[in-house]
Amino acid sequence: MVPDIKIVEEAKRPLAMNPKKFGLWLFIATVIMLFGAWTSAYIVKRGDMGWSEIIVPDLFWVNTGIILASSVTMVWAVRAARKDNFESLKIALSITTILGIAFVIGQFMAYGQMVELKEHFTGGPVSHSFVYVLSGAHAVHLISGVFFLIFVLVAVFQSKVHSKNMNQIEMCATYWHFLDVLWLYLFVFLLLNK
Amino acid sequence: MATTDIHIHQDVHHHDDHGHEHDEHHEGNFWTTYIFSLDHKIIAKQFLITGIFWALLGGTLSVIFRLQLGFPDMNLDWLKPVLGEWITPEGKLDPEFYLALVTMHGTIMVFFVLTAGLSGTFSNFLIPLQIGARDMASGFMNMLSYWFFFLSSVVMFVSLFLETGPAGGGWTIYPPLSALPQAIKGSGMGMTLWLVAMALFIVSSLLGSINYITTVINMRTRGMSFTRMPLTIWAFFFTAIIGILSFPVLFAAALLLIFDRSFGTSFYLSDIYIGGEALAHDGGSPILFQHLFWFLGHPEVYIVLLPALGLSSEIIATNSRKPIFGYKAMIGSMLFIAILSFIVWAHHMFVTGMNPFLGSIFMLLTLIIAVPSAVKIFNYVTTLWKGNIVFTPAMLFSIGLVSFFLTGGITGIFLGNSAIDIQLHDTYFVVAHFHLVMGSASFFGMLAGIYHWFPKMFGRMMNETLGQVHFWITFVGVYLVFFPMHYIGIAGFPRRYYSWTNFETFSGFADLNMLVSVAAILTLAAQFIFLFNFFYSIWRGRLAPLNPWNSNTLEWTTPRKPGHGNWVGEIPSVYRWPYDYSKPGAKEDFIPQHIPFSETPESNLPHENELIKLETSNGEGAIIIEGNKH
Repeated sequence: MVPDIKIVEEAKRPLAMNPKKFGLWLFIATVIMLFGAWTSAYIVKRGDMGWSEIIVPDLFWVNTGIILASSVTMVWAVRAARKDNFESLKIALSITTILGIAFVIGQFMAYGQMVELKEHFTGGPVSHSFVYVLSGAHAVHLISGVFFLIFVLVAVFQSKVHSKNMNQIEMCATYWHFLDVLWLYLFVFLLLNK
Repeated sequence: MATTDIHIHQDVHHHDDHGHEHDEHHEGNFWTTYIFSLDHKIIAKQFLITGIFWALLGGTLSVIFRLQLGFPDMNLDWLKPVLGEWITPEGKLDPEFYLALVTMHGTIMVFFVLTAGLSGTFSNFLIPLQIGARDMASGFMNMLSYWFFFLSSVVMFVSLFLETGPAGGGWTIYPPLSALPQAIKGSGMGMTLWLVAMALFIVSSLLGSINYITTVINMRTRGMSFTRMPLTIWAFFFTAIIGILSFPVLFAAALLLIFDRSFGTSFYLSDIYIGGEALAHDGGSPILFQHLFWFLGHPEVYIVLLPALGLSSEIIATNSRKPIFGYKAMIGSMLFIAILSFIVWAHHMFVTGMNPFLGSIFMLLTLIIAVPSAVKIFNYVTTLWKGNIVFTPAMLFSIGLVSFFLTGGITGIFLGNSAIDIQLHDTYFVVAHFHLVMGSASFFGMLAGIYHWFPKMFGRMMNETLGQVHFWITFVGVYLVFFPMHYIGIAGFPRRYYSWTNFETFSGFADLNMLVSVAAILTLAAQFIFLFNFFYSIWRGRLAPLNPWNSNTLEWTTPRKPGHGNWVGEIPSVYRWPYDYSKPGAKEDFIPQHIPFSETPESNLPHENELIKLETSNGEGAIIIEGNKH
């Protein structure tokens, strides 16, 4: 038997990323389209006759500060995880979660303020309903983000998150920063298009 | 013959071609294998069977309202056992139920059959098999996608049995009609369930799309570069991108409608008087809904059509035994169509009182779609030109698709014109147009796909003769149904009207309508030939060879019935594009994608010989295939 040896070119490995991280970015794209639709509708409606000015409650400013701070602590948490600094990681991620919950509570308190200022979800002008829809839909997404944070937090306390296993916390951070930027966009949008 | 693959810069490993069971293959029980399966092939079949169920139901609904349109004096008492109170004591179809039938026919066909049934089946089935992956990026998300669809199907199905009937405001559910339960019966509970079902459907569709895109980008086998992907994969890829960008907008629109209906906001409602009394809703705009809806609605047309075009590209190239003409032009035109689909939505709204200047911009953009569409048709015809055409049922249905795409597309040029649209909008001309270009074309693409990939799905062949009979009746039937509608439409008869015998102008079309209705019944009846063929062949069909159509793509390198993980042993690498049919000099008229150029020196082109030299002197980046001569 004579071995017949042939040399064949190795096929190139195509470009590939982490599928889960990639999927998260696609999910973020869907959320962008969702809010893109609502803010576009808002602008179209604002161009119509009979637009009554919206009231942006003061608490939104406080909540914006809270969610910005939570993004900072999130960055701190990811850095700590990368350096395997577990004490800081636990503290930073816990603070982020608490700030996230505080933001949700703050938003509901802001709704209280809005009601006091006679800005209602139903029965009033369309512009007022829009403020509720935009902030409420954001809050729903933020609550999902808080659940994600709690999920990662549990993993952190089980020592499953470390410099060799960063996927989970990195995805959580991506989503969290996105929710932060999304809120900033909505807030500035509402301030500029009262 | 023993063959050994050695991968030099990877872990060196040996395997035999025979009798090597892959360790990923798990035996599950009935529930994990067939019901809550994570395997993309089973999930694809679940989508397919559910889609067929819906197609049958949607088709039956259309025949019921065709009875009313074609035979307005007919006594429909014999339908009482099925429709009950919807048949009036005089033996007539209840006019409000007629609206519900039209609405449900549209919803079912557009979303449940041609979106979920088509994309869900073939994206799931073909993406991993044709790009060389063991499964989708996330099997769990894939399963969720089906079960959200199933839940959505259940809700929509239940709505058919409500006393007030299913949604009746048309599949486009324009407010205020759809927003006010007092308006018609179909805007009550039926509409609520419609919205719930569609919300679930959107979740399902997004889960699916995210999975498809992730899989196509990240899970391709070695050598499967973007320019070596079959056009099917390109089509599914673009479809998924369109879905991800447009379905959230429908969700946004639907949510605001839910708030208007159930919470008392007025996003879409203003200045409405019922019984002389003003409603509390004030300050909304129904046109806003149309903008949001059609921002999804128009891309949705291409979500329905592109997968069918992808399937037929593959089938036409395979059965013409010729490379697809203009591979890159095909990709380019699909990309162009995908982009354009997002900036033409207002051509559905020319007569809503929009600024005529804005109308002409949308008209211009709309007419530009004719360019990539014509490129595609040209490429189909040139692929067929001088090919060794094999008229399998799949091929016939693909050619039928090209025919419908052309005849239906040409009327699109008229409708896209904002001036002519004043006469033609909301007439049967529109009905004829979209049923041909998107309805029938996509439906034929779906059938072509089923005939072509049935051997891979079920390991058996479908009966060819029955397939051809099915094709000819359906093809002739579809033209008989939709061609006369153009004339009825030009004459000005509006769609969605319960009856036309009351109008002197239109009573002249009674015989034409009768013809349409008879053709519709025949066409539906022909689908039972298909159903018989399909289910009979699943169990009793002739056993399929490994590569029944002598095709090039990777799915035909799998076992007859691929198990979980698709390939036994190593996933094949890809060395060439998928359309090397009838290559001059080649031994056979097809060279599958996994055959390296070094094995086909007789047919290589000069630049392909260059590719062989990719191997370096120290053997890095090379595979040694060692075969023993006996």
